[in-house]
Amino acid sequence: MNRINKKLNEPGKLLSIYFTAGYPKMADTVHIIQELEKNGVDMVEIGLPFSDPLADGPTIQQSSTAALRNGMTTEKLFAQLKDIRKTVSIPLILMGYFNPMLQYGVEAFCEKCNDIGIDGIIMPDLPLDVYLEEYETTFKKFGLINVFLITPQTSDDRIRQIDKASQGFIYMVSSASVTGSKTGFGKTQTEYFDRIASLKLHNPQIVGFGINNADTFQQATGKAKGAIIGSAFIKYLTEKGVANIGDFIKTIRPL
Amino acid sequence: MSTYHANEKGYYGEFGGAFIPEMLYPNTEELRQNYIKIMEDPGFKAEFDQLLKDYVGRPTPLYFAKRLSDKYRTKIYLKREDLCHTGAHKVNNTIGQILMAKKLGKNRIIAETGAGQHGVATATVCALMGIECVVYMGEKDIARQAPNVARMKMLGATVRPALSGSRTLKDATNEAIRDWINNPVNTHYIIGSVVGPHPYPDMVARFQSVISEEIKWQLLEKEGRDYPDFVIACVGGGSNAAGAYYHYLDRPEVGIIAVEAAGKGVHSGESAATSALGRVGIIHGSKTLLMQTQDGQITEPYSISAGLDYPGVGPMHAHLYRSGRGEFISITDDEAMTAGLMVSQMEGIIPAIETSHAFAIFDHRRFRPDDIIVINLSGRGDKDLSTYIDYFKL
Ligand SMILES: Cc1ncc(COP(=O)(O)O)c(C=O)c1O
Repeated sequence: MNRINKKLNEPGKLLSIYFTAGYPKMADTVHIIQELEKNGVDMVEIGLPFSDPLADGPTIQQSSTAALRNGMTTEKLFAQLKDIRKTVSIPLILMGYFNPMLQYGVEAFCEKCNDIGIDGIIMPDLPLDVYLEEYETTFKKFGLINVFLITPQTSDDRIRQIDKASQGFIYMVSSASVTGSKTGFGKTQTEYFDRIASLKLHNPQIVGFGINNADTFQQATGKAKGAIIGSAFIKYLTEKGVANIGDFIKTIRPL
Repeated sequence: MSTYHANEKGYYGEFGGAFIPEMLYPNTEELRQNYIKIMEDPGFKAEFDQLLKDYVGRPTPLYFAKRLSDKYRTKIYLKREDLCHTGAHKVNNTIGQILMAKKLGKNRIIAETGAGQHGVATATVCALMGIECVVYMGEKDIARQAPNVARMKMLGATVRPALSGSRTLKDATNEAIRDWINNPVNTHYIIGSVVGPHPYPDMVARFQSVISEEIKWQLLEKEGRDYPDFVIACVGGGSNAAGAYYHYLDRPEVGIIAVEAAGKGVHSGESAATSALGRVGIIHGSKTLLMQTQDGQITEPYSISAGLDYPGVGPMHAHLYRSGRGEFISITDDEAMTAGLMVSQMEGIIPAIETSHAFAIFDHRRFRPDDIIVINLSGRGDKDLSTYIDYFKL
């Protein structure tokens, strides 16, 4: 069974962390993943930096630009992660934009992920219909779970289609926004969380975008299985560096 | 059957489609389901045509350029899009899209702009309709297209600088897309060229197709036939070209020539010659040819002309290039500037630097004396005066 599915079957709420590979320093990638696991994080999204991250706000844009400037490439990230499964056992997901994957070759990319022990992929700009028509077989061949996004504007019908195509979890974008732009959840979010819960989907949901402290983590995981923190963690890395990652995790969910 | 137009999924051959994050799905889907229906509605058509006539000043003349024709020993006609209100073809599309936005019940408009021509054309139609307008423009372009920034402000638009990446058109487009993600319900995004996710390339091409629709009857009047031997246009994203080619795409007797910006030279590392330098990839939601690194990072383009300074090209043009239907030629900054001055002094028309690239073609390619050639004169050079003057030390 894929590590993601195993993790989702465990009781309790999941804390997942996104960070940009190669940031703040080129060599930080593996250390960050190890520290996250040590501090009780359930799942990690490793961001493959892209020059034009359309769905991201200033924080992740800046970390991506810095990582690229540090020299990060798809090939180098795969090299850094080569031995990651010797030290890390939580699920790992690669998150990025579709063009770098396309240039690497979708088949070669998936094969490499499988070799390394990557469990899933999130490519926000690889749309559902293209995935199903052209790439699903390849992802499945290499045991990779593709994670789809939904937003408060996604219709019930489309959510059902996405649920059908999903094999792990559904990434619930908390509000109509790029990453890192909202603070706090209001009535719109509560209604959205309720609506999704009432659909009784096959796949559990993990909420992302706009989660930055214990409060928003609590709210997000009221109905959903877990929550993903990205921009807030990157901001922490920018300000405090990689030495005391546990301090950040404690502010979200004390061990 | 037509081979060079978009199919129902928005593909031109292998190019096009809608590679968008789910956040944009509802907006683009709403547009996709409605755009053809709305555009074919007789009431919509009548309103669009009337505004093009009374407000934009269409039809624009098809002018026989006698002195240029003599110089290059062929028959050169200029399609005078520079005479459109606001000074370029861009307004054909913004008139269409503002009417579309109204039909869809949107009350806020966003746009990206490079040269500022599309920003001005958008700000203009927003003023006309009394709708809020935000234009994203690369910080670098704000500096080199100052007159257009002032015009947008005068027209009541908010101009927001794009500070990321190369701080030009590609980055302004990223910012506009982010704004649309943040404002999915009330906002319509008026893209300024035949780029972006389906249905934009097809929708913008249809709005611009008025250019070749007019060329057809104008040539029939002047030459007794409704088609030229060659139609030539500069290509940034490709909207003026798409409009000039549109009704000739499936007529093999018409040669299609696209002129791209080579900047300081195609292989100088400072260029925007997408067909020569690009590989298949995804930019701004479209699968097309784009300039990128081996690793799939989008490269920062360069051209003296802000309107051609884009690392991709619309999917229609990628297909024209790949299929061999179109002939692609790249022109350097120097060649374009020289051609711009030449046209100014031979025809009394100061072209936009974008358009000047198209005029430089005669040093690269010969035509027969009886060839009928139409050059799409996409815009006027008022916005570029300071660049011309600095360049020639006039
Ligand atoms: C006068 C003029 N021509 C051409 C262009 C290039 O755009 P497109 O290729 O979409 O026509 C621009 C863009 O700003 C322009 O202002």
